Amino acid sequence: MIRAVGRRAVAAVQTVGRFGHFLQDFARAVTDVGTWGRLTVVQMRRVGVDSLPVALFIAAFTGVVLALQASYTFKGTVPLYFVGTLVGKSMMLELGPVLVGLALAGRVGASMAAELGTMKVTEQVDALETLAYNPQSYLVVPRVVAATVMFPLIVGCAISVGLATGWLTSLALLQLSTVDFIKGLKLFYVFKDTWYGLFKSASFGCTIALVGCGVGLGTRGGAEGVGRSTTQAVVYSAVLILVLDAFWAVVIL
Amino acid sequence: MIKFQDVHKAFGTQRVLDGITLDVRDGETLALIGYSGTGKSVMLKHVVGLIEPDTGEVYVDDLPVSTLDRAALTTLRQEIGYVFQAAALFDSMSVADNVALGLRRRHLADDEIQERVHEALALVDLTGRDAAFPAELSGGMRKRVGIARAIALRPRYILYDEPTTGLDPVTSAVIDQLMIRTREHTGATAIVVTHDMRSAYAVGDRIAMLYEGRIRQVGTVEEIQRTEDAVVRQFIEGRPE
Repeated sequence: MIRAVGRRAVAAVQTVGRFGHFLQDFARAVTDVGTWGRLTVVQMRRVGVDSLPVALFIAAFTGVVLALQASYTFKGTVPLYFVGTLVGKSMMLELGPVLVGLALAGRVGASMAAELGTMKVTEQVDALETLAYNPQSYLVVPRVVAATVMFPLIVGCAISVGLATGWLTSLALLQLSTVDFIKGLKLFYVFKDTWYGLFKSASFGCTIALVGCGVGLGTRGGAEGVGRSTTQAVVYSAVLILVLDAFWAVVIL
Repeated sequence: MIKFQDVHKAFGTQRVLDGITLDVRDGETLALIGYSGTGKSVMLKHVVGLIEPDTGEVYVDDLPVSTLDRAALTTLRQEIGYVFQAAALFDSMSVADNVALGLRRRHLADDEIQERVHEALALVDLTGRDAAFPAELSGGMRKRVGIARAIALRPRYILYDEPTTGLDPVTSAVIDQLMIRTREHTGATAIVVTHDMRSAYAVGDRIAMLYEGRIRQVGTVEEIQRTEDAVVRQFIEGRPE
C-alpha cells in the first residue's frame, strides 16, 4: 500500500518535472521565429477555421437555452428585459469561453496529442531532430501560438452567435421586443465583460495546445500509447480549463 | 571519425550498453551486427545526440556529442544523415518535400534544393515519384526515400538503422547496392545496423558484433567469416544452438 502510494507520488513528481523541462525547451524555442513563423499560419487555419463550426453550434444552442431558462426563472418576479442581461453576461463571462474551451479541448487538444504522439512513436520526431530541426520550434510553438491567437477569435464569434440566438429566442418565444432585449443587454455591461472572456479564451487555447503537445511528445508504446496520450490530453486540458477559470475569476473579477 | 569511449546506457533497470568502445574510421562502412534488442539502434542514436550516455562519451570529429549545446548539436547534425528503420517519413508531406526538408533547414536556394532532391531521388531510382505521398509507396520504396532524404544533405556520415529489415531478398539486395553506390558517390563514413549477414558482408568494410552490451568482436569481413569465437560464429551462421 505504502509502496504503491510512493510509486504514484514519484510518478507524479516525474510528470511535473518532465512538463517543467518541456516548458523550458518551449521558452527557448520561441526565439526560433524563422522556423515557427511560416508554420503558424497553417496551424491557425487548422485550429481556428476548422474549429469554428463546432464552436458556433455549441454557442447557438447555449444562447437559446439561456434565454428560455432566464425567462423561466424571472417570470412573475423580475422584469423580462433582464433576459438580455443574463444572456449577455453569461455568454461573455462564462459560458462562451468555458463551453467552447471544453469542446475544443476535445477537438484541438486530442488532435494535437494524437498527431504528435503518432509522430513520436513512428520516429518522425527523431527524424526532425536528425534533420537539425528543433521539434519544439517546428511542432509545438506554431500550435501554441495559433491556439492562443485563434481561441479568442473563435470565442468572440461564438459569443456573438450565442447573443444572436438568445435575442431570436426572446423575440420568437418570449414575446420580448428587440428594444427590451438590448436594454437588458446594456444594463450592467462594462467593457471588462468583453476582454475578460476573450483573455480567458486565450489562456485556455494556450493551455490546451501546451498540454496536447506536451502529452503527445511524451508518448511511448505504439498505438496504445497514442490512445492513452489522447485521453490524457483531453482530461488534463478540461481540468486545467476549470482550474484556470476559477483562478482568473479570483484574480480579475 | 566516430569514437565510442566506454559508453554505458541503461533504461530503468535494463542495462543496454555496458562499456562500448569502438572507432569508426573515416571513409569506412562499419556493419554493426547483433541479436534483436541488444542496443544497436541505441548506439546509433548516441551518435546524433538523440540519446545521451549514462557514462562514457561518443565523439564525432573529436566533439563530445553529449556535452554539445543545441546550436553546436544542430551544426553537427547537419553533417550526419540518418536512415531510420521504418523510414520515419513525414506522412503529411510528399516524397519531394520529405527529401527537401533537411535542405530547407540549410537555407539553400530553391533551385539548388530542387536539383539536390532530383539528384537524390535519381540515385535511389525514384525519379518521377516526387509528388507521391508515403502512404502510396511500398516498404522498399519508403526505405529508398529515407535514404534519399539522408544523402540529399551530402553528409559526411550516414547512419543506417536496419535498412533491409522486413524486405524481400531482392529488394534487400537493391538497398545494399544503393548503400554501396551512395558510398562511392559521397565518400561518406557509414554505420549500418543489421541482422542480415548477407547485407553485412556486401556493404561492410569491417563488421562489429554487439553482444550483451559490449563489442564482442570487430574485424574485416574475412576475419569475421573465419572467426573462432563461438558466439559470433553462431550468429553469422544463424544456428539456433
